Amino acid sequence: MNMFDVEKIREQFPLLTQKVNGKNLVYLDNGATVQKPLRVIEKIKEIYTEYNSNIHRGVHYLSNKTTEAYENARETVRNFINANSTEEIIFTKGTTDAINLVAFSFGEKYIKKGDEILIAETEHHSNIVPWQMMCERKGAKIKVIPADNNGELILSEYKKLLNKRTKLVAVAQVANSLGIINPIEDIIYEARKTGAKTLIDGAQAVQHKSVDVQKLDCDFYAFSGHKTYAETGIGILYGKKELLNEMPPYQGGGDMIKSVSFEKTEYTDLPLKFEAGTSNYVGAISLGEAINFINSVGIEKIEKYETELLKYAEEKLSLINGLTIYGKSKNKTSAVSFLLKGIHFYDTGMILDKLGIAVRTGAHCAEPTMKNFGISGTVRASFAMYNTKEEIDKLYEGLLKVKNMLL
Amino acid sequence: MTTQEIQNEIIEEFSVFDDWMDKYEYLIEIGNTLELYDEKNKKPSNLIQGCQSRVWLDAEYKDGKIYFTADSDAIITKGIIALLIRIFSGKTPDEILQTDLFFLDKIGLKENLSPTRANGLVSMIKNIKAYATAFKAKYES
Repeated sequence: MNMFDVEKIREQFPLLTQKVNGKNLVYLDNGATVQKPLRVIEKIKEIYTEYNSNIHRGVHYLSNKTTEAYENARETVRNFINANSTEEIIFTKGTTDAINLVAFSFGEKYIKKGDEILIAETEHHSNIVPWQMMCERKGAKIKVIPADNNGELILSEYKKLLNKRTKLVAVAQVANSLGIINPIEDIIYEARKTGAKTLIDGAQAVQHKSVDVQKLDCDFYAFSGHKTYAETGIGILYGKKELLNEMPPYQGGGDMIKSVSFEKTEYTDLPLKFEAGTSNYVGAISLGEAINFINSVGIEKIEKYETELLKYAEEKLSLINGLTIYGKSKNKTSAVSFLLKGIHFYDTGMILDKLGIAVRTGAHCAEPTMKNFGISGTVRASFAMYNTKEEIDKLYEGLLKVKNMLL
Repeated sequence: MTTQEIQNEIIEEFSVFDDWMDKYEYLIEIGNTLELYDEKNKKPSNLIQGCQSRVWLDAEYKDGKIYFTADSDAIITKGIIALLIRIFSGKTPDEILQTDLFFLDKIGLKENLSPTRANGLVSMIKNIKAYATAFKAKYES
């Protein structure tokens, strides 16, 4: 595909053609999960009908074929985020699992009493709770990088928080509830100066913009398959090899050992050291296929198109009297969070659902962010490459109807 | 009227609506007419925290019957609360405990009672029954 042709892209997403409550579905909950293109659905079918077999274990034909597809997927992921080596690409259950892995294994190796972890005020709960659990275990402390009234992180405050006790800075590349792109380049640069390691939660980023972990120079990067057009239950942890080598395994089991006796077990090398048990190889292969799909469209083209969509949505929604957008920034991607004055987000979501429009309502697993704005939740419309301006028009009309019914 | 009769009455009222909009508009209307809830009763002990909408529920036992008052921050939830109060308020603990709720299904609003909605209504019904059990134990045993 040379030109970005949204109609051609939509043809590849069978789910989008259905009707909900008698209306054409308008799916604007892509921040939660995206729909899957045919080639990913067909790939999953192909695995189960042609070569399904457990990986890394068999000498037989099917097992070798599945293992090869699994490792090819790892190479596709490596290339997608430009990691130095496939040893740095760990398959996990998702972003949450990846963060928990680091919180456990990095924590065991490097965190001591009195150490500090920096996270941002606008984090998703999955980039808050694992660190709290780790801090409780190790006697360390969490410090929070504050956000301003628009939801943008205050870098000057961040710099003040960094000190010799800071061992890790864990920040989302894109805040899920607001769509704001955090200045992770500056955050990583400053952390590096004080010797702190960095983890970037890319769950809301990799599907929208090109990511180069070597250029970013972050120590860890995590993202989810299901938000990246692949199956659910698969995710990625990228980690620098020298760190991953030093960290103890997160879980024990098969596939992650060199030798086992009751006296001593020797762990195997990267990346399998962190992939105990039968991993979700179908998910992993589907992720490879999803990335091939993204590459065939072109991530730069996707970014350009989605930025245009977001701009259109913000302009259009701003025309509605009494509508407030939360998270105003020039640096945003693919999500707009808002409230209608005097109308509860739940009521808005319920009426929109009746009109066939799917949005997310509530605190978006980011209660501290909502607290910063003094609200308990918002309505969030989030976009993917297959959304159209006409769908945003339908959201606009839907919101006028909501106002009409509820005010 | 028994709780069963009231539910049938509600089903009858809703049967005149052909489409969802009229139905929800009616729900919003009855939500707006729900008896004012005393703000000082919006204390944490009366709060049922759903992650979508919040519900406050209070109960009083008088002459063998339980009287409920409730509120929500979302109007659609409030409309359903008004219906639930119409059914349960002023009934004896036994009657409340024996009531089988079927009207939401019949009027096509069952989705509002799905546990995944997290709007506080499922917990509210549980709490209504829990109040009945507690008052029965306290005053009638």
